[in-house]
Amino acid sequence: MSSKRTIEITVNEKRYEGLVEPRLSLADFLRDQLGLTGTHLGCEQGVCGSCTILFNGETVRSCLLLAVQANGATILTVEGLAAKAKNGDPLHPIQQGFLEKLGFQCGFCTPGFLMTLYEFLNENPSPSEDEIRERLSGNLCRCTGYQNIVAAVLWAAERLGQSRIDNGNYFAP
Amino acid sequence: MKPAPFEYVAPHSVEEALAALQQSIPDARILAGGQSLMPLLNLRLTKPKILIDLNGISGLEGIRETAEGLSIGAMTRQRRVERDSVRERCPILAEAIRHIGHVAIRHRGTIGGSLVHADPAAELPAVALALDAKFEVARDGIDRTIPAEEFFIDYLTTALAPDEILREIVFPIVRPSSGYALEEVTRRHGDFAIAGVVAIVELDDAGKIVDARLALFGVAPTAVRARKAERALIGREPNADAMLDAAALVEDFLDPPGDIHASSAYRKHVAAVLTARVLKRAVQVCRDRRL
Repeated sequence: MSSKRTIEITVNEKRYEGLVEPRLSLADFLRDQLGLTGTHLGCEQGVCGSCTILFNGETVRSCLLLAVQANGATILTVEGLAAKAKNGDPLHPIQQGFLEKLGFQCGFCTPGFLMTLYEFLNENPSPSEDEIRERLSGNLCRCTGYQNIVAAVLWAAERLGQSRIDNGNYFAP
Repeated sequence: MKPAPFEYVAPHSVEEALAALQQSIPDARILAGGQSLMPLLNLRLTKPKILIDLNGISGLEGIRETAEGLSIGAMTRQRRVERDSVRERCPILAEAIRHIGHVAIRHRGTIGGSLVHADPAAELPAVALALDAKFEVARDGIDRTIPAEEFFIDYLTTALAPDEILREIVFPIVRPSSGYALEEVTRRHGDFAIAGVVAIVELDDAGKIVDARLALFGVAPTAVRARKAERALIGREPNADAMLDAAALVEDFLDPPGDIHASSAYRKHVAAVLTARVLKRAVQVCRDRRL
């Protein structure tokens, strides 16, 4: 049996410590040890995108990282997204877009979409539909047929553009 | 927890990694970006007793311009190369990387990891073959250089010995008088290719082809150069006839595997169609660059 290791990570601005077996995935650590079950596991082989999180500011598949590799890392999961809303809004504009445009049905894939889009709209505040579809090609949704997801992204991009607050504040680390 | 249990070693230098590797052959696997190995571990298709993680070795990461070309550290993330000024120095590399998986995959996936994994449907091995890249390999005490042509041996198999680690890859710069292009057919963006072709073409002042390279992927146990088709292009006008002749030679020479995604005959057909298409684009790029 392989020996356990202590790791320290910051998730959604909160520090955590854990004792993990080397083979434990970061996704399993977030879900089972920290109770952050917003990060969903679909395929566990890097195909579906449901487990996408921000790892040191970049999107990654949390099923393809080991928890031990995250020692010292700063992570943002879907649970930390609403805290980045402004004007007293309960949800981040990206989340609100999914609600307004019915961008989800069963909701299983949604956390992965939201985290992918969080990075995307920060990089590209007014994307074309083609650019949206290309970036979302790494996230699978079996319910919506993607139409409403694309509409949700366009809604969110417009809302972010209209905001009197500097756009960057919505994506501050 | 999906993988079988393993001991985890996180060395801080290539020397430490080589020492750990020496001690644990043949039970160790090297972990680079993990975008291929982690799925294999999760599926228990591989069950190493020891996992040697190279992610803590900063010396394996980076892009340097040398007289020979671009030297890229094996652990350099694909996304970094894609966004670097490499785009201007070695555009075919940046173009190929955009076809690998998705952004989240390329954030972790490394140049060296993809090459050493040697998936026959991957883009980077074909680019390395087309550019005649050189693989700088580290072994305890002795380094050696393996030319791309000798690196890819068979399906998921390279010339890397069990006690060796890929240190960096040198990609020669595409000459300004050359054009380049990559074409592939996938079911969805980011999927592994059903078939793909990398072309590099050089024209002389009279507009005739003086150098042509064609590297195919997804159609054989490794990426392959279509040497006969390349030779047939030399000295010819880059017109539709020349490209269709090259495509016919490619179709002749391939005997691709069939699987759930595509039959052998379909792969062969697609490879030929893509050969003509990629040559046309490469010639166009060549002309644009000469203007």
